Amino acid sequence: MDSIIRFLSNSIYYNLIREQRYIQFISGLGISLQLTLYAAILGTIIGLLLALAKLGKIKWLESLATLYVDIIRGTPVVVQLVLIYYAILGSSSLPKIAVASIAFGINSGAYVCELIRAGIMAVDKGQMEAARSLGFSYSHSMLYIIIPQAIKNILPALANEFIVLLKETAIAGYIALDDLTRAGNIVRGRTFDAYTPFILVAVIYLYITTILTWMMNKLERRLRESD
Amino acid sequence: MIEVVNLHKYFGKLQVLKGVNTRIEKQEVVCIIGASGSGKSTFLRCLNLLEEPTDGEIYIDGIPIIENKKDINRLRQKVGMVFQQFNLFPHMTVMENITLAPVKLKGMTKAEAEEKASELLHKVGLPDKNNEYPSRLSGGQKQRVAIARALAMDPEIMLFDEPTSALDPEMVGEVLNVMKQLAGEGMTMVVVTHEMGFAREVGDRIMFMDEGIIFEEGPPQELFKNPKKERTKEFLGKVL
Repeated sequence: MDSIIRFLSNSIYYNLIREQRYIQFISGLGISLQLTLYAAILGTIIGLLLALAKLGKIKWLESLATLYVDIIRGTPVVVQLVLIYYAILGSSSLPKIAVASIAFGINSGAYVCELIRAGIMAVDKGQMEAARSLGFSYSHSMLYIIIPQAIKNILPALANEFIVLLKETAIAGYIALDDLTRAGNIVRGRTFDAYTPFILVAVIYLYITTILTWMMNKLERRLRESD
Repeated sequence: MIEVVNLHKYFGKLQVLKGVNTRIEKQEVVCIIGASGSGKSTFLRCLNLLEEPTDGEIYIDGIPIIENKKDINRLRQKVGMVFQQFNLFPHMTVMENITLAPVKLKGMTKAEAEEKASELLHKVGLPDKNNEYPSRLSGGQKQRVAIARALAMDPEIMLFDEPTSALDPEMVGEVLNVMKQLAGEGMTMVVVTHEMGFAREVGDRIMFMDEGIIFEEGPPQELFKNPKKERTKEFLGKVL
């Protein structure tokens, strides 16, 4: 018993307290959350534009959006991140977090696009026909009838996408951005203890995703109530 | 009021309408009957261009509507439509369902539109359902709201696409009664229906469609009692 307690307190001391290593984790978490937030905002904007392009009637825009989605979904996000960092944005003076936000935003946009498209297509075809038969134009039918219903389909899926996004940002260390996962790695490099820092990192991710999932479920329930 | 000239419609390679010609006069009630797949619903949906005809022309009040496709939104305001599946807007109350189009498209104030909606709900026998959501209504009630929604635009013509086919049997009557009342008030109506009793009683003219054309048509007494063509007899033999 004694030895276990000594082992634990040693682990905590070396991985968290010594050299104020806990600050690594806290600032790493801050970076991860910021990165997720910026990427989510950018991803939503890109996704919305892509979905509009795909649902619209302009052929070349539709092809372009399809190509974008295919390329992004068909390649690993870590490769996209590194490519964007070195090839496209590495030469500029943008801070790393901005580069990573753009990379993850570009990636997330492709998935958000498909979520929005699926949410709109899931609205019964008769709704558009009823709106059109009353004399509404296509865009007004979308605005008053289709999109308010589609939002109910889209929001829970979008919240889920953000949870996935938070976990995906764990590869930001590839471009030497000090996010939460990299904080674990840095501390491991100092203490030569792989378990404690990464278990801690895992627990923090789990804690955040649990909160987000709880919020998502609440949102879903609220949306269903109005049915 | 409506003139249809040589209307053709293909779905890909499948030819659904093979040259439909007819005239529908003001205040006339035309009931279209026929087996499923005969093109009757497609024909009806062409009348407000929910389906785009492949060939031919439709004149409403003398205006060729296919040629003037740009004005279709304004034209559709004159042509109300009621669907088999009701297609009420589930995220809006009954009142909002009925007032949306008059407010947004006709520039009515909300108060004017609501007053009119109340009158219409009275007319279809649902005076106390203003604030209900469609999901809380029975099928028959939904369809009557859908009729009120279409009427709120003051259409000159009403199209009904199998309005009672999705209803439980005990609710068919309440919807047919509203339609009967509407016919009595002189509304021009085109009704695709399987309700032969309604067609016989309310229809001024019965149109039997088969294989994408109007196979035989005439006043109900004639068509139901003495169909001239073998196919018509066969069909009526099955449904009467």
